[in-house]
Amino acid sequence: MSDTVATAHPVHEQHAEQGFWRTYVFSTDHKMIGRQFLFLGLFMLVIGGLLAMMVRWQLAWPETPVPGLGAIPEPYTYGGIIPPQTYNALFTMHATIMIFFVVMPIMVGAFGNFLIPLMIGTRDMAFPRLNMLSFWVGALSGAVMLASFFVPGGPAAGGWTAYATLSAKESYTGVGWGQDLWIISLIISGASSLMGAVNYITTIVNMRAPGMSYFRMPLTIWSLFITAVLLLLALPVLTAALAMLLFDRTMGTSFFLPENGGEPLLWQHMFWFFGHPEVYILVLPAMGVTSDLLSTFSRKPVFGYRAMAFSMIAIAFLSWLVWGHHMFVSGMNPLLGTAFMMTTMVIAVPSAIKTFNWLGTLWGGSIRFAGPMLFALGFVSNFVIGGLSGIFMASTPVDIFIHDTYYIVAHFHYVVAGIIFALFAAVYYWFPKMFGRMMHEGLAKIHFVFTYIFFNLTFFPMHFLGVAGHMRRIYNPLQYEFLKPMQDWNVFITVSAFLLALGQIPFVVNFVWSLAAGKKAERNPWCANTLEWTAPSPPPHGNFEVQPVVYRGPYEYSSPDAAEDWLPQNRPLAGAAARAH
Amino acid sequence: MLRWLPEDVSTYGGEIDALFYLIYYITAATFLLVTVLMVVFLIAYRARDGRRATYSHGNTTLEIIWTIVPAAILVVLSFMSVSTWAKVKRETPPTDFEVGVNAKQFNWEISYPGPDGRLGTADDVKFDNDMHVPVNRIVRLHITSSDVIHSFFMPNLRFKQDAVPGRTVIGWFEATKPGRYELPCAELCGFGHSGMKGWLYVDSAEDYAKWAAEHLSPKPQ
Repeated sequence: MSDTVATAHPVHEQHAEQGFWRTYVFSTDHKMIGRQFLFLGLFMLVIGGLLAMMVRWQLAWPETPVPGLGAIPEPYTYGGIIPPQTYNALFTMHATIMIFFVVMPIMVGAFGNFLIPLMIGTRDMAFPRLNMLSFWVGALSGAVMLASFFVPGGPAAGGWTAYATLSAKESYTGVGWGQDLWIISLIISGASSLMGAVNYITTIVNMRAPGMSYFRMPLTIWSLFITAVLLLLALPVLTAALAMLLFDRTMGTSFFLPENGGEPLLWQHMFWFFGHPEVYILVLPAMGVTSDLLSTFSRKPVFGYRAMAFSMIAIAFLSWLVWGHHMFVSGMNPLLGTAFMMTTMVIAVPSAIKTFNWLGTLWGGSIRFAGPMLFALGFVSNFVIGGLSGIFMASTPVDIFIHDTYYIVAHFHYVVAGIIFALFAAVYYWFPKMFGRMMHEGLAKIHFVFTYIFFNLTFFPMHFLGVAGHMRRIYNPLQYEFLKPMQDWNVFITVSAFLLALGQIPFVVNFVWSLAAGKKAERNPWCANTLEWTAPSPPPHGNFEVQPVVYRGPYEYSSPDAAEDWLPQNRPLAGAAARAH
Repeated sequence: MLRWLPEDVSTYGGEIDALFYLIYYITAATFLLVTVLMVVFLIAYRARDGRRATYSHGNTTLEIIWTIVPAAILVVLSFMSVSTWAKVKRETPPTDFEVGVNAKQFNWEISYPGPDGRLGTADDVKFDNDMHVPVNRIVRLHITSSDVIHSFFMPNLRFKQDAVPGRTVIGWFEATKPGRYELPCAELCGFGHSGMKGWLYVDSAEDYAKWAAEHLSPKPQ
């Protein structure tokens, strides 16, 4: 194993003390890069959340001034009233930012970077400088995306799916520069993710500690590994599509414009061929983290570890065969609809396996309700709703009615916004390792209760709106006679969304306060088995004092071989127990 | 029981709604099962002094059961969906009643055959946002768009079909109850997307004849 480390890591990075810039800004330390991604993602979360609040205000009280928005000049607002064009930009940017600049940077960028070397027991990523470049290219793409708010015509307003032909011509949306910057930003962001993916795959394949076989890897690492493979294969497709769109917009090509022989549905096929695996890129790390946390806080091995790993592989494989379920009413051949329905129904099975195995992990446990555990349980409970509501649109005839309604918005917020629970679980759980201090448990619990209640009060009623036929992306529901009786729900959802946002204050307070003055963390505050907890908190550049050697899988909780209810992966057993293993 | 679907006035909407409710009951039951189990486990297996968690890595029989049961349910749902889907989207029943829908920012342009009796010719009669059809008659729609993708949505008829520039998609419906129904656009189509709506008038046979005589017949010169 050490030979492999040497070849994959030819120029050994400095692990000695370094100056301010090399430590905090242009760091090649995977842990600092992880923290940088975390801060980037949390910053963008605030922006993405504020955009959502404005969208919700407009839907509850259409065409009334948003408090505090009056300062923004015409034509972006009229004395605080959001015009339709701005409204379209708001939800477009909300979705783009949340997906590409919050969930991906935090779940994949922050925790992927921070955890992979620590959990597999190595000193750093395979390519530390590429890793640094990945962060700074990602930050650049975020800056380009934010810059689009300040160009003439405003930011992109064609939806995060940017369906051609709407997105392909300035005359259709009135957005020029903003849409171009959106495309350029996502191409740059794709480059950043590719660098990360190459790094993750190389590191996991080549640099695992002695004894760390694939089936001794924590499920978090499995999920990040599979996610990296999906990233590697999906992002080039998006990048190709984006390049074609940019050519259509700026160079007079006609990939998606029918007047010169282009095909608008080609965009949708390419977009969703990327876009559906993308959903799993977002949700797989959340599943991995949840599996680890349920095991740790139930003091019990993961139920069916191999089935959990294989079902993630199955999800990843099948994710390439289901993109057409976004296109049942798009005008593609209805025969394809039948085929995509079958594959979509099949992909529900591995998700069901994961859910039941999580229940099996809780069964017979000794469950501790610490902050991270509460959020992990919250993820499971919301994922169940999001998974089950997906079956409705998998059925082609039912999808005819609920397609493009708020039902879809409800469904994907339960899945994708539900990831925020796994995200918070991960922050609370690994904060001690990342920053060397504990977060406040009481504030974490308050944060959980508010988030869980108002998350559900915000997103569950969206199902009702969708079933009533409420279209998504409409500016003013009161323009429709058949929606007027449902307007009270829009007000209810908006009030809940505001309370959900306010419910994040305990987190912000906790995060900032704990960074500065939290209780000093021990090496292993949760009594967990995985290797990152054998390193100091926070680990120094280079991670481990001695190279860890792995003797067993990560989930040996409450094993009869050990006196305590945990058994770290690197602890050798003496006597009979050792021979039995 | 959820009863918020808009009133169905189509011949095939009942089948779609029945599938909807079937999935609704299955998913609701699954949700209850999972949630109750989870709550029971959380209470029964909360950490207490002196009790150690069960040391178990799983149970293959259980795992096989909860793989096969959902798979079977999903396969059955797929096969049940196939015939309805084929009826709605794949096979148009024979009819001589044809209406053109051309979507554009931000209107529905509805066209009827002119004196030559054929759709898509120069003498077509066109209306903005108003569509009249007789009750209990199969209507074949020719849906297209002249700029961006729109989606022709008739909530009360359980009908939705994207209007794609550069291609004409065929759709059909048969309304069973006279009335006036809204025709929103369901696909984001620009700043005027919200408010891009028309009205579908389902007329009795006599009312339709009267309207057609007034609007579709060649005007006396």
